[in-house]
Amino acid sequence: MTLAIEQILNGVQFGVMLFLLAAGLTLVFGIMRIINLAHGSFYMIGAYGAAFAAQQTGSLVLAVLAGLAAAAAAGAVIEYVVIRRLYSRDYVQQVLATFGLILFINEGATMLFGREPLYVPMPAALSGVVQIIPGILYPAYRLVIIATGLLVAVALSLFVNKTRMGMLVRAGSTHREMVRALGVNVRLLYTFVFGLGALLAGLGGVLAGPVLAVQVGMGEQILILTFVVVVIGGVGSIRGAFAGAMIVGITDTLLRVLLPVVLRSVMTVSQADALGAGLSSMGIYLVMAAVLLIRPQGLVRVQS
Amino acid sequence: MFKADTAAVAKSAPRRAMLRVAGLVALALFALLLPRVATALGNPALISLATRMVIYAIAAASLNLILGYGGMVSFGHAAYFGVGGYAVGILYYHFSAGEPFLGFIPGTNQFLVALAAAILTSALFALVLGALSLRTAGLQFIMITLAFAQMVFFLFVSLKYYGGDDGLIVRRRDVLFNLNMADDTTYYFVCLAVAVVYHVVFWRLVGSQFGLVLGGIRQNERRLAAIGISTYRYKLVAFVIAGAGAGLAGALMANFAKFVSPDMLNWSRSGELMIMVILGGGATLLGPAVGAVLLIGLETVLTGWTEHWQFYLGPILILIALFTRDGILSLFKDGSGGRD
Amino acid sequence: MTETLLRIANLTKRFGSLAASDGLSLDVLDGELHAVIGPNGAGKTTLISQLFGEIVPDDGAIWFAGRNINALSTAERVRIGLARSFQITQLLLDYTALDNVALAVQAHRGHSFRFWANARRDRPVRERALETLARIGLERRADTAVSEMSHGEQKQLELAIALATRPRLLLLDEPMAGLGPAECATTVELLRGLKSETTILLVEHDMEVVFALADRISVLVNGRCVITGTAEDVRNDETVRTAYLGEGDL
Repeated sequence: MTLAIEQILNGVQFGVMLFLLAAGLTLVFGIMRIINLAHGSFYMIGAYGAAFAAQQTGSLVLAVLAGLAAAAAAGAVIEYVVIRRLYSRDYVQQVLATFGLILFINEGATMLFGREPLYVPMPAALSGVVQIIPGILYPAYRLVIIATGLLVAVALSLFVNKTRMGMLVRAGSTHREMVRALGVNVRLLYTFVFGLGALLAGLGGVLAGPVLAVQVGMGEQILILTFVVVVIGGVGSIRGAFAGAMIVGITDTLLRVLLPVVLRSVMTVSQADALGAGLSSMGIYLVMAAVLLIRPQGLVRVQS
Repeated sequence: MFKADTAAVAKSAPRRAMLRVAGLVALALFALLLPRVATALGNPALISLATRMVIYAIAAASLNLILGYGGMVSFGHAAYFGVGGYAVGILYYHFSAGEPFLGFIPGTNQFLVALAAAILTSALFALVLGALSLRTAGLQFIMITLAFAQMVFFLFVSLKYYGGDDGLIVRRRDVLFNLNMADDTTYYFVCLAVAVVYHVVFWRLVGSQFGLVLGGIRQNERRLAAIGISTYRYKLVAFVIAGAGAGLAGALMANFAKFVSPDMLNWSRSGELMIMVILGGGATLLGPAVGAVLLIGLETVLTGWTEHWQFYLGPILILIALFTRDGILSLFKDGSGGRD
Repeated sequence: MTETLLRIANLTKRFGSLAASDGLSLDVLDGELHAVIGPNGAGKTTLISQLFGEIVPDDGAIWFAGRNINALSTAERVRIGLARSFQITQLLLDYTALDNVALAVQAHRGHSFRFWANARRDRPVRERALETLARIGLERRADTAVSEMSHGEQKQLELAIALATRPRLLLLDEPMAGLGPAECATTVELLRGLKSETTILLVEHDMEVVFALADRISVLVNGRCVITGTAEDVRNDETVRTAYLGEGDL
C-alpha cells in the first residue's frame, strides 16, 4: 500500500514535469501553429543554468533565478531570430529550422559543459522526508515539485480564463483572424506566448536538476513524451495538457515499477528487468495509440 | 508564380530536357567510375562513403514518396529503416546459431531472401503504425509518427537477446550468387544496382495513376474528396510503400556495416532523413539522392575540421530552411518548379 | 410525374447560438435546375456543405435517389452521383488544367491503385478530360498550370472538374462570383445546355441569372426555406420582398 502511494506520487511528480513542458508546447502549437522541436532545449537550458549557478554560488534562490532567466532569455532570442520567420512557413521548414536549432544548442552546451552529466546537489533545506499521512514518508523535494506544478497549473488556468491577456491567448488559438482584426498586436502576443512556454519549460528544467541527470540530450528525451501528452490531451488545450500529463506520468511510472516484477515470475531477473524496462517505455505509446483509435483529436477538443 | 514569355519557355524546354539527360549521364558515369578513381587516389575509404550515400539515397527517396509527393510530414521514418536492418541481422543470427526464429522461421544468409524479409517486415510495421497515425493530420501527425518511432526504438532496446542497446553484430555479409560481398567495391556496385532499380520503380510510381492521386493529396485533399477519392486508403498505401523502401535501405545498411543497433531508429536519424529530402527538394526524383550526398558529404567534411561540427551544421540548416523555398535544387531551377 | 431526386428534411445546424440551418426542408426534382437564393447569412453555403458531407448536421435527414445519405462521407457521396463546385476554388495548383480534370475522370472510372503505367498517357482518360475542358471553353489552357490561370478561368475549371464525374446532382455554389460579363454569359449558356443532362442545385446571388435559368426557386431566410416556386411566385411573394428589403430590386 505504501509502495503504491509512493509510486503514484512519483507518477504525479513526473506528470507535473511533463505538464510544465506540455503547457507551453500546446499553446505554441495551438496559437501559432508552429512545431518547435527545440522546446526541449529550454528545459535543458533551465537545468544547466540552475546547475551552473548552484555550483558557482551555492545559493538556491540564485540558482532558480538563473535557470529561469536563462530559459526566458533563450526563448526571447530564439523567437526573435528564428521562430518569427517561420510563422507563415510550411511545417517542413519549421522542422528543418528547429532541428538545426537543437543541433546548435546541444553542441553549444557540450562545448560549454562537456559531455559528462552535471551533478546538482539537493538543496539542503529540502533534502529530508515529509510525513504526508501517518506512516507514509515521501521526499520533501519531490513534494515541492508537485506543489510547484499544481500551483502553476492553477495560475495558468486563472490567467487564461480570468485575465484579458489570457482571453487574447485563448482567442488567438481559436479565432486567429478575429484577434488580428480587433487590432491586437499579434506579433507581441506570439512573442509573449512563446516566451511563456520557454519559461515554463525552463522551470521544469530547474526543478529537474536534483532528481534527474543534467546532460545534453535530456531535452529531447522528455520532449517526445511531451508530444505524447499533447496528442493525448488535445492540441491547444491546457486542461488537456494537464490531464494528458497526469495520465502519461502515472502510467509510465507504474509500468516501470510493475512490469519487471510481473515478468520476473516467468524469466530470470536480468532478462525481466531489461524486457520490463523496454516494454514499459513502449507502454505509454500504446496508450497513445489507444486514445487515437477512440478520439483522434485528443481528450479535449479545441474548436478552431 | 512567374509568368514566362511563352516563346522563351518553348525554346528552353528542349534545352532543359537535354540538360537533364546530360546531368543523368554525368551522374551515372561518376557513380560507375568512382571506385576506380578512389583507388587511384589511394583513398579506398571513399568507396565506403559512397556506399553509405547510395544507401541513404534510397532511404531518403522512400521518405520523399510520402513527404515530398504526398505532403505527409512523417518524423518517424527511421523506424522502418531500423526494422529492415534488424530483419537482416536477426535472420543472420538465427542462421549462424542454427535455430529458427520464433521456432519455425529458418535463419538465412541469402541476400535476396533477407532483403525480401526486410521489405515485408518493414511494410507490415508501416501498415500498422500508418493505419493509426493517418487518422490524424498536421501537427498531430508529425508528433505521432515521432512517438511511434520512439516506441519501436524502445522495442529493439528491450530485446537483450538481440543485443539490446549494444546492437547486433552481423559477422558476414549475406550471400548473393557467387559474388564476393566482402569486397567493398563489389558491395558498392550491388547497392548501386539496387538503387537504380529502386529509382526506376519509383519513377514509374510517381507518374502512375496512384502517383497522380498522391500529388493531388499533397495539394488539396478536400478537392480529392470532392471528386470521389477516399484519401485515407491512398495515404496508407503510400505510407506502406515508403516504409518498405526504408526497410530495403536498412537491409543494405545492415549488410554494409555488418552491424545493427537501435541507433538506426533514433529520432535524430528520422530528422536526418527529412533533412536529406528537404535539402534536395521534395517531389523530384533525384532530389533526395542529392540531399543524401550533400548531408553526408557535409557531415564528413565538418567532422574532419572539428569535433563540434553540429554547432556549424545547425545554423546552416536554419539558413536553408529560412531562405530557400524548395531545397537546394530549387536554387538551380527556374520558377517552373520542375515537379514530376 | 417527376421524381424527387433530393429530399432535405428538417436540416438543422447550429454554430454556437447561431442557427445556420434551422429545420430546413426542401425538395429537388429530377432533371430540374433548382435555384437557392436568400439574403446574406441565410445559410446557403452551409446547406451545400451539409449536402456534400463536409459539415455534419445536428439534426435532420438528406435523401438522395430514395436513399438516406447522412452517414456517407463526401467521397462516397460523389461516388453515388453528387458533385460540387466551390465558391472559393479548390484546385490542384501545381497541376495543369488538364491534369485536374483528368484526375476527376480517372477517379470516376474506379480506383487509382495502378502503379506503373504513365497516367498522363492514358488516352481514354485524357481525351475525355480534354472534351470536358472544351465544353467549358478551356481547351487552349489545357497544359497551363492552374496557378497561372486567371480567377475566371479557375472558376470555369471548377465547373469542368465537377462535370467530369458525370454527376446526377450538381451542387453549384456561386459559380458566377468573380466572373466578368463575358465569362458570366458563357457560363449561363453552359448551364442552360447542362439542364438536360443533370439535375442542378444552384446557389447564386445574381438574380438575372437565377430568373433566366431556374425551373424552381427556393428562398432561404435565417436557415429556413420560406417559399419554393417558380420565378413568378417568388417575385410576387410578400415574405420574400420583406426579406430582401434594402438588398436591391428583385
